[in-house]
Amino acid sequence: MNIPSNLKYTKEHEWIRVEGEVAYVGITDYAQGELGEIVFVEIETVGETLAENATFGSVEAVKTVSDLFMPMSGEILEMNAALEDHPELVNNDPYGDGWMIKVAINDLAELDTLLDAAAYEALIG
Amino acid sequence: MKTTPFTDIHIALGAKMHEFAGYNMPIEYNTGIIDEHMTVVNSVGVFDVSHMGEFWVKGPQALPFLQKVCSNDITAIPIGKAQYNCFPNGKGGIVDDLIVYHYETEKYLLVVNAANIDKDWEWVNANNAEGAILENASDRMAQLAIQGPKAAELLQQLTSVNLNEIPYYAFTTGTLAGVDDVIISNTGYTGAGGFELYFYPQFGEQLWHAIFEAGKPYDIKPIGLGARDTLRLEMGFSLYGHEIDDTTSPIEAGLGWITKLAEGKPLIDGDLYVRQRAEGVSRKLIGFELIDRGIPRADYELTDGKGTVIGRVTSGTMSPTRKIGIGLGYVQTPYAKIGTEIAVSIRNKELKAIVVKPPFRK
Repeated sequence: MNIPSNLKYTKEHEWIRVEGEVAYVGITDYAQGELGEIVFVEIETVGETLAENATFGSVEAVKTVSDLFMPMSGEILEMNAALEDHPELVNNDPYGDGWMIKVAINDLAELDTLLDAAAYEALIG
Repeated sequence: MKTTPFTDIHIALGAKMHEFAGYNMPIEYNTGIIDEHMTVVNSVGVFDVSHMGEFWVKGPQALPFLQKVCSNDITAIPIGKAQYNCFPNGKGGIVDDLIVYHYETEKYLLVVNAANIDKDWEWVNANNAEGAILENASDRMAQLAIQGPKAAELLQQLTSVNLNEIPYYAFTTGTLAGVDDVIISNTGYTGAGGFELYFYPQFGEQLWHAIFEAGKPYDIKPIGLGARDTLRLEMGFSLYGHEIDDTTSPIEAGLGWITKLAEGKPLIDGDLYVRQRAEGVSRKLIGFELIDRGIPRADYELTDGKGTVIGRVTSGTMSPTRKIGIGLGYVQTPYAKIGTEIAVSIRNKELKAIVVKPPFRK
């Protein structure tokens, strides 16, 4: 199981990479493995400012659909346009080319509640 | 949880296992549902369907009993043939759908859904005023489905039975891979062609290994219940608990063709079916394809595209073959005509769809 130590995580299996006052968000290697082949990523919240834990989109595997949750509050600046035609990037490279959204972080203090790699690893045990 | 003769093999292969109808079953293996689906469409795959239920119905009262509880005309099945049926529930709904095999004189095999074994067994016993001999063989029979365009060629290497002489919905009993008394049936739930094998559970591993050895040149793969569902859905086949259940009539479900009211056939709900055929039904099962981009799922609402709910999705998926959203569902009869534009309500949006006649995979 790939759980990079430089990222933060949520209990809902999102990862967060902080770069100054913006953050990149995607789903973890564990999450993509559990979902199976991802065939559709729907994110229609670009430009919106959402609260922590709000639904920012959904990810569909062949057999299931899962909501995607905001790890922190903030404005969604951008979504990964490559996922529109290549949702399988989430399976193939969940922490890289399979990123989902770029967020302008509202309150850096909210990041303190996120899990580090060790805590996330313990969670999925 | 119950196991099948193949449970350990699935786990060793790294399958994602999940409870289904009380059994620990493989949902998908390492290469995923889409690859498994396409393997069956293009070559050959093997499904463990040992969870299915099997009842024997025997004796001189077998036929009159079956004519009453089974929707189709059992007198029309010659020995060596099989027929699709449902059990009407006496209230216009369906107890289960099943295949009836005419095994030999006064001996029939009923293959029922795993999830309904107990309910069906209760039902047939409660309705057996005729006194047919009933035997629940579900725990003494295992089943593999070998499905795909290469299935016959592969299996022919393992048996001296001439598989070309077994037409669709026919079967024979013979030796396969050194195992005697295997029921070799030209049936399946994939629309991709192939056979279903019924055998004693203790020979399961021997058969599995022989089939996979002979299947190497065809890149044979084990196939999980995930791809079993997408394959049947692309064919528009009903799944009990989704398209059909205790509240759906076979006439509504487009299964009028398995309700036969032959002369003197005392079918449960028979009068109701005559009336529904004459007067029509208020809702019908349809197949639909998404025009907009999206994936329908069971229980999503179907609408007229202008906000009015006209029905409900019973099964939906991304079609691995077509790469579009496809589904089955019930709509009010005026919307059931092929070519009608409807919509699927997905996350508060009405996505455009069109009513089509399955199969979705041509």
